[in-house]
Amino acid sequence: MSGSPLPLLTALNALTGALFLLSAIGVLATRQVLASLQLFIAQSLLLTVSAALLGLALGSPHLFAVAAITVCTKTLLIPWILRRTVSAEVYRTREISRVLNIPSSLLIAAVLIVIAYVVVHPIVESVNALFAPTNLPLGLAAMFLGIFTVVVRREAVPQLLGLLALENGVFFAGVAIVPDLPVISELAAAVDVPVVALVVGLLTRQIHQRVGTTAVGLLAALREP
Amino acid sequence: MELAALVLVPALASGLTLSPLGRRWAAPITLVSSIVVLLFCLAVAKATLAAGHLEALQGGLACDGLGALVLILVALVATTAALFSWGYIRVRSAHADARKEQHYYGLYNLFVLSLVAVPILANVALMWVAVELTTLLSAFLVGFEATPEALEAAWKYVVLTTLGAVLALLGFLLLYWGTRLAGSRTFTWVSLVGIAPRMPPTLLWPAFLLILVGFGTKVGLVPMHTWLPDAHSQAPASICALLSGVETMTVLYVILRLFPVVSGVPTLDARPWFIGFGLLSVFVATLLLIYVRDFKRLFAFSTVEHMGIILVAAGLGGAEAHLAAAYQMMGHAIAKSFCFLAAGVVATTYGTQEIASVRGMARAAPGAAIALAAGALAIAGAPPFAIFIGELLIFKAGVASGQYAVTGVLAAMVAIAFCAVMAHINRMTFSPDRTSGEPLSAVPLSCRLALVLAGIALLLLGLYVPAGLGDLLRSAANAMGG
Repeated sequence: MSGSPLPLLTALNALTGALFLLSAIGVLATRQVLASLQLFIAQSLLLTVSAALLGLALGSPHLFAVAAITVCTKTLLIPWILRRTVSAEVYRTREISRVLNIPSSLLIAAVLIVIAYVVVHPIVESVNALFAPTNLPLGLAAMFLGIFTVVVRREAVPQLLGLLALENGVFFAGVAIVPDLPVISELAAAVDVPVVALVVGLLTRQIHQRVGTTAVGLLAALREP
Repeated sequence: MELAALVLVPALASGLTLSPLGRRWAAPITLVSSIVVLLFCLAVAKATLAAGHLEALQGGLACDGLGALVLILVALVATTAALFSWGYIRVRSAHADARKEQHYYGLYNLFVLSLVAVPILANVALMWVAVELTTLLSAFLVGFEATPEALEAAWKYVVLTTLGAVLALLGFLLLYWGTRLAGSRTFTWVSLVGIAPRMPPTLLWPAFLLILVGFGTKVGLVPMHTWLPDAHSQAPASICALLSGVETMTVLYVILRLFPVVSGVPTLDARPWFIGFGLLSVFVATLLLIYVRDFKRLFAFSTVEHMGIILVAAGLGGAEAHLAAAYQMMGHAIAKSFCFLAAGVVATTYGTQEIASVRGMARAAPGAAIALAAGALAIAGAPPFAIFIGELLIFKAGVASGQYAVTGVLAAMVAIAFCAVMAHINRMTFSPDRTSGEPLSAVPLSCRLALVLAGIALLLLGLYVPAGLGDLLRSAANAMGG
């Protein structure tokens, strides 16, 4: 693309990034599974928008491929699999059991976001890149929040959403730092996502059938004395 | 061309086992495929040693000494485990239908395919995909017995190792960014070693840490090891042999590959991190070895310990230490797979994995007792087994390079771990039998045969290293940057 729309695209990308981080916080902090899932879908859509904006700005077809794959797998396929494999009752009525309460989680989330900016600072200082200063710290922050979500959630589906949100974070950083990674690797890496969902989704169903609950945190048969 | 065959043979075998033909012949097909893969691996190793570096498919597949060592070990363990599966899976899934057995062998072949793909894929990004595939393909095998414990173990395994793999992915993306900034497009291990000095260290260092921690999760390094004893104790014994014996080592191989990349930059030093993570893993695993109550978990913690030992050896630096690390990788893969096969036989015989429920094996089940005791001696590091020599080489390299504190701590931990393992196994084997009355189950012929074959390899490697293998170990040590 020519130079003129670049400031606009940069501003739009920054806005997308801010919303992306907000939705990552949402996946961490919501009380109900359904809300968590919807926020995850929103986060995936924002990743798509950022990938498309960067694809437009940098003229990279690979990024449009990433955007297309993200829409198909994370906003359509995975929510569909989750709805099919886990019974509706899990979605609507149950509150998510968690290790830490929401205010404490949010406090730690804020600390994690600051850490992400501090960690990324020397990289962004030393390397001159167009979108990395926006996307890299936000992606890293979303990654940290995803790890934190997996740690504090005690049920299968919310843990899985944390894992996928974490993957979103990595790709949010990835589209800015390696826009020209050969498409085959990108495809392979992104195709990985539905496979993960399939495996994990199937396991969820098996666990649900066998144990009668998807609260994996309550499964504590395997422990040292 | 041998390299391409390594990928094709297991893929074909997997297709055959899942086809109607597999209803009766899945086990023999898998065994034949494993043997063919082993033969191709030996051919690859030979060609690699002759040429120093092997490539196929326009540079899409590549192999050097370290890769060839990993290949041979994977293929060797896959063969004995396939033979073991033949009788074992039939016994374990007696009530289940033949369809489930077919699925087992289909996944088994794909799992072997993904393990073989890691050391030979030249493109580092594709190699990451292969590592992630090892998790996905083995997850169902971990949960094969479909007990609540097995499903819990499989769940933890997938979630935690995928989490680690995604962290490592960001590390690899940063590495590729650095490659592009240095003006190159090729993304292979060979090119990375050359390009690393021109990369901004502010990129290379976080990439190294992300990959170390991310893939360290899959290797089972403390404190990211929590899933490992669960997965490695709940999977069927044949799968445990692959998971503990070679899957952890295959991922450790990726971390070891980073060592020469980071060493190329004078301001960065990977060694303290290798030694730190390694010693911590050895320390925690040794403590857990004392308190363990389940004999498959015992061997799983021993895997955490040995991954730590190999990482320390790599971190000591220098040609001698790297040779010791390569030797230890070989010793561990052979011994640990044997241990899990033996543990599978004991678990089948007694119908339990609890250490306290198995007593007086020497009298009641002498064959299983000999196998378990031999495996325990081998893995704990008694002479004349390979691990004894490997550990001796590591201590020698540590003393020679003047790192007395690290070597001393490591030696003390190894000694304590030896006592802990032997105390548990000793009680199982020689204590007076208090649980008499319960009938013992018979062990299938193929399991006994697999144990004998794996046992011969175990004993021979401690006594004698063939010239070709010696060259391969030295070549592997060179690739580690020694």
